[in-house]
Amino acid sequence: MGRYLLRRTFVLALSLIAAGLVLFVLLRLLPGDPAAALLSVGADEAQIAAARAQVGSDQPIWVQLGMFLSDLARFDLGKSFVSGTPVLPEIAARLSVTLPLTVASFLLAVAIAVPLGIISALRADRWYGALLSAVSQLGIAVPVFWIGVLLIWLVAVKWRMLPASGFPMKGWQDFPGAFRALILPVLTISLVMSASLMRYVRSATLDVLGADYLRNARALGASFPRALIRHGIRNGAVPVISILGIELASTLLGAVVVERVFALPGLGSMLLLGIQQRDYPTVQGVLLVSTLLVLLIGFVADVVQRLIDPRLRETVAGR
Amino acid sequence: MRRTSLWIGAILVGINVAVALLTLVWLPYDPTAMAGGRLQPPSWAHWAGTDRLGRDYFTQVMIGARIALTVGIGAAALGGLIGTTLGVLSAFAQRGIDDALAATLDILIAFPTLLLAMLVVAASDGASLGTAILAIGIAMSAILARLVRILTKRVLAQDYITAARCSGLGWGRIVLVHVLPNIAPTVLVAIALQFGLAVIAEASLSYLGLGAPPPNASWGQLLQSAQSTVYNAPIGVIAPGLALMALVLGINFLADGLRDLLDPERGAA
Repeated sequence: MGRYLLRRTFVLALSLIAAGLVLFVLLRLLPGDPAAALLSVGADEAQIAAARAQVGSDQPIWVQLGMFLSDLARFDLGKSFVSGTPVLPEIAARLSVTLPLTVASFLLAVAIAVPLGIISALRADRWYGALLSAVSQLGIAVPVFWIGVLLIWLVAVKWRMLPASGFPMKGWQDFPGAFRALILPVLTISLVMSASLMRYVRSATLDVLGADYLRNARALGASFPRALIRHGIRNGAVPVISILGIELASTLLGAVVVERVFALPGLGSMLLLGIQQRDYPTVQGVLLVSTLLVLLIGFVADVVQRLIDPRLRETVAGR
Repeated sequence: MRRTSLWIGAILVGINVAVALLTLVWLPYDPTAMAGGRLQPPSWAHWAGTDRLGRDYFTQVMIGARIALTVGIGAAALGGLIGTTLGVLSAFAQRGIDDALAATLDILIAFPTLLLAMLVVAASDGASLGTAILAIGIAMSAILARLVRILTKRVLAQDYITAARCSGLGWGRIVLVHVLPNIAPTVLVAIALQFGLAVIAEASLSYLGLGAPPPNASWGQLLQSAQSTVYNAPIGVIAPGLALMALVLGINFLADGLRDLLDPERGAA
């Protein structure tokens, strides 16, 4: 296990560097000069040249790459072209909204999807089992922002139970306000997420139900619930955990849209604003940090999977 | 059961296609002209009411069907073409090139479609239908390329490929005669599923204000502008969402039905 962790950490570091390179190339491949963000309409040649020198886009591409890498190594994500403030502290402030939003949505979605998915598999022949899988079919066909807008309409506008949008100015210092502001966004994400998660839990459960080891455990005298808990959950969890990792990552990045729906000052709205203002350091910084988080999630999912399933460990040792 | 999902899917998608084609030749109202009072509730004259400028809302939702299908088809065609080509080439490439390509694809896939699309839109000057198609198509091609690469490798390991090689068939012919027909069913189903995701991605892009500008307003944009008047006219939020759900649900059903039809083994499992 120790050797695996070491190797997996190495892979994590490598993929982070690779992701940084891909991001660098993508942002430079795209047409348009980052210096344009600094200029107003009708700037003359000298102003353009000055802006380029300030941004560094007059340098050859490999010099830019070197600057990019050395900044990264010092955890310096640069300063915003628009506000002039460093990007990293801004990202940290924004994460105080996005991380609680993502984690709470994820936990709620798992709490909804795992029991319902198992029930819909165990009771596939009953009406409520069929209903559950029909609802999850519907859930994967709707965009997350639609659910958000519908929830605003029902809960906030019609029933006036919760704020429709926004986040308290004082942030988490105003805890009740911040908590109330996040209820609807969390509900929105977790409803949509649990729909797709339920499908995976359902099919993993169906696989387990048809497996020989479950039948053998029953034949050896274990009761059905006991057989399911002892053998089923551990086996069924392996594919579900890798999906969980992907889902958590996509929730984090899908928060862009939900933050827009509820006007939350999170990482997503920062990215959106950065894109609209062509603020390259901001866009690059947000994408780098979110890629790091996504890769970390993948890392944790892989390690947990290996802890649960000894067979995965043996294949690596055998190599 | 398998026929049912194929039929439901075909009907839902068929309605959308019919409406989209209809908007090319006929519209109930001029989408840019005032057709009645502002924010009217649904009536026989205006099935989905009117928007805040008094324009017929049902007409706009109908046009949205055309936009959604255009982006979906465009992105699926682009993503399918690039993805299949890259995937097959990668499967044939030397070990080092193949590994590098596979790693790049993995990283690209780690970025969700929406983010890649936002990047492309950000870089191109002004959002349009073309940038949306390009953006979503590129994001889709990474996912498809990875799938095609694995499938192609699986086919290339078969004995009949060796036999074909021995009988003097060139690699080009092998791809055409053996690889593509064998991977087609799985790839087609994957493209169909991606089609549904593309429709959602386009709606999200235009909801964020990065989609095609009016009069090519898509469902996402209709939703976005109706959000502020949701108290007076909830139909403005409900109608485009329902239309989008019907289309995506139809595509997903169609993909499920296709999978059962083209791949009987997996369908039975």
